[in-house]
Amino acid sequence: MKLTLKVWRQKDRNDEGRFVEYIANEVSPDMSFLEMLDVVNTDLVKKGETPIVFDHDCREGICGSCGMMINGRAHGPGKGIATCQLHMRSFSDGDQIVIEPWRSTAFPVLKDLMVDRTSFDRIMRAGGYTSAKTGGIPDGNSILVPKPVADEAFDAAACIGCGACVAACPNSSAMLFVSAKVSQLALLPQGKAERVERVTRMIAQMDEEKFGSCSNTYACEAECPKQISVTHIARLNREFVAAQF
Amino acid sequence: MTLNSKIPEGPLEKKWSNHKFNMKLVNPANRRKYKIIVVGTGLAGASAAASLGELGYNVHSFCYHESPRRAHSIAAQGGINAPKNYSNDGDSIYRLFYDTIKGGDYRAREANVHRLAEVSGNIIDQCVAQGVPFARDYAGYLDNRSFGGAQVARTFYARGQTGQQLLLGAYSALNRQIDAGTVKFYDRHEMLDLVVVDGKARGIVTRNLINGKIESYTADVVVLATGGYANVFYLSTNAKASNATAIWRAHKRGALFGNPCYTQIHPTCIPVSGDHQSKLTLMSESLRNDGRVWVPKKKGDDRQANQIPENERDYYLERLYPSFGNLVPRDVASRRAKDMCDHGFGVGASKMAVYLDFADAIKRLGREAIFEKYGNLLDMYKQITGEDPYQVPMRIYPAVHYTMGGLWVDYNLMSSIPGLFVLGEANFSDHGANRLGASALMQGLGDGYFIAPYTISDYLASNKFSPVDANGGEFKAAENSVTASVNKLLSINGSKTVDEFHREYGKVMWDYVGMGRNKAGLQKALKLLPEIRSRFWKDVKITGNALDINTELEKAQRVADFMELGELIAIDALHREESCGGHFREEHQTEEGEAKRNDKKFSYVAAWEYTGKTGNPKLNKEKLEFESVHPSQRSYK
Repeated sequence: MKLTLKVWRQKDRNDEGRFVEYIANEVSPDMSFLEMLDVVNTDLVKKGETPIVFDHDCREGICGSCGMMINGRAHGPGKGIATCQLHMRSFSDGDQIVIEPWRSTAFPVLKDLMVDRTSFDRIMRAGGYTSAKTGGIPDGNSILVPKPVADEAFDAAACIGCGACVAACPNSSAMLFVSAKVSQLALLPQGKAERVERVTRMIAQMDEEKFGSCSNTYACEAECPKQISVTHIARLNREFVAAQF
Repeated sequence: MTLNSKIPEGPLEKKWSNHKFNMKLVNPANRRKYKIIVVGTGLAGASAAASLGELGYNVHSFCYHESPRRAHSIAAQGGINAPKNYSNDGDSIYRLFYDTIKGGDYRAREANVHRLAEVSGNIIDQCVAQGVPFARDYAGYLDNRSFGGAQVARTFYARGQTGQQLLLGAYSALNRQIDAGTVKFYDRHEMLDLVVVDGKARGIVTRNLINGKIESYTADVVVLATGGYANVFYLSTNAKASNATAIWRAHKRGALFGNPCYTQIHPTCIPVSGDHQSKLTLMSESLRNDGRVWVPKKKGDDRQANQIPENERDYYLERLYPSFGNLVPRDVASRRAKDMCDHGFGVGASKMAVYLDFADAIKRLGREAIFEKYGNLLDMYKQITGEDPYQVPMRIYPAVHYTMGGLWVDYNLMSSIPGLFVLGEANFSDHGANRLGASALMQGLGDGYFIAPYTISDYLASNKFSPVDANGGEFKAAENSVTASVNKLLSINGSKTVDEFHREYGKVMWDYVGMGRNKAGLQKALKLLPEIRSRFWKDVKITGNALDINTELEKAQRVADFMELGELIAIDALHREESCGGHFREEHQTEEGEAKRNDKKFSYVAAWEYTGKTGNPKLNKEKLEFESVHPSQRSYK
């Protein structure tokens, strides 16, 4: 396949940035999207140019490093996958592909397609944990968690922190991300003791990081590579309201 | 150099508890005066940093990712072992110890492995308390499954994402300490050198990956939890950035490297699809619980899998190993798959694959049950290959997955450089020549939560530390050598990219130092590898500059180190004239083609010393003593 790529190039945080067009020849349908970019980058380096910078690591959809807007969609076409799991068989010969970084005030661009998502870590540090000390813990079976509850907690815990929810949201809201952790720990007996402080602090940090508000467009759920449900946002709202009294 | 493993006296099951009592403690009020650097934030690094911070030490945690949660532990799928005996099938600490020692083909220390089995139960409890959503039954009890190399069900799991959930647990414990101010976290900082002052590890030199600044950090203890080196083969199941730079540079500063040739080839990976392949994807070993491995009985059979009738299929693992069947250890399953393909029974377009078939399991348990257990893995397979494993058997082939070798450490997990501790996959300690499934997560967390916090306290309490200065001579010298190598790499301006060199190097490693090794092949590798390395330093092309985000430069540093480590792996493999676990020397096999050890000559840990010249290491030996188990020919029949 032969493809035309329009890629966002931005030198650093302060650069204005612009689209640059590249031609990708000899793209195999079995390649992953990132392997296609690897090939483009090899050509760029050989020509003496700087390669397109993007975050990536595990390349199997679990580390949450990769993420880009592909033809206007977070992680591109396909449901329930991260960018690294997208394969070129989803495209056709002659296609034009527009590739941009996540766009959000809370995710400043560092270079090209690489953004700074440390705002997510700061939210997690604001109480996104149980205060279990190392050691002195009773047997795992002393806390019973029936399967349906464990499963629902798992569904929330599956979040990979990639930021697609924020990128997909017209308001750049991080509610799906925050709700995934709040919901996981609110469902489990282990998390209940600190639920009031947790939701209060995490929401305050989310606001401080300048993420937008949720207006129930559900774009986050549609693009989430782990298909995390917006019902967790509903639980987050309940937790937040309950924490006010 | 004389190696002192510092294994405590006393009976096996008392060694760790006696040692815990005998170790010195640091008064809680004094702990904040000690500074500890922890490099890496995977299971071992995050759990160690969190636990040490909680004890009150002044902890500084470094990683090259943007967030601790990106560490490669996140990708572990299948599970974590603990001998809780919840399944009432006769499990015990001793049985887990025994299975692990045997699985490692009697090339690990008894005392270390027993300690690991002892602490493994606590790990499960710890993770439950953190809110890790382990699989449960309807009554709420923890569920277990079985894994390769064991006949009991002792593996705890969280669907096919156990590593992710355990890492997020350790990440949350680390976050709690960062929040509390006991741990300071440095993102996108890559360690490029270890600084040794007066014979003790006293700090590191890092490169800030955003602005390229070379910086020094001082400490009283340095902990490396930087993972394994499977990417020396270029194609492996490791994440793209996983590298050996931290441990390799510590090795060049005097830390001995233990058993570098013990590399694990995982039997169930998705086969290579073409030259563009950038990495390989593992399909969890847990699939072998319900999937059946087979090839056609006829050589070069080109029919579709579904058109090959039952009586023309060879379920070779069930045939050769009736009692363990599809659940033989990884090294055995991998070699058999290679054997089948080498003899012309391979399937798929490349003929370098065997089938892993779920048809029987779906018939027996229903599609729903298979989805419940393996849904995300089967989806992942479909995404990558475009084939639906509910309809056609999966194609799998072995790939490099894990490295049992690593920096040599004593019983306290301290390397041969005082004050340098090494945890998790980065050390050589617990898996011998082959690691059993669901043991890596156990070791990483065991080291970090329950072992290093005690042994590091003992070291701090037993030593005096004179102040060191980040502007002092040793630090400036290390910074200068790092800066020089960065500038050298950028100045070459040759004709081939870093990846092209890495791919070429990896191919030689795989062909001659991979799954099957022999004398002539290893000797050939030792001619080819240095030649590629010398070309690399003359002809690599890296664009961009040093004081900027430069991913090519980052890769080049790592690949340069792989190109030295690869040679050591080949030297170690050549010297070890026996087969054991993941190290298979074709000259040394039983009549049935199994690994044949030579306990008389090789029952030792090979701990290699850097002599100042690559390719010319000095061998030190730590003899392995077996008091509790008697090494025998492993049999899984």
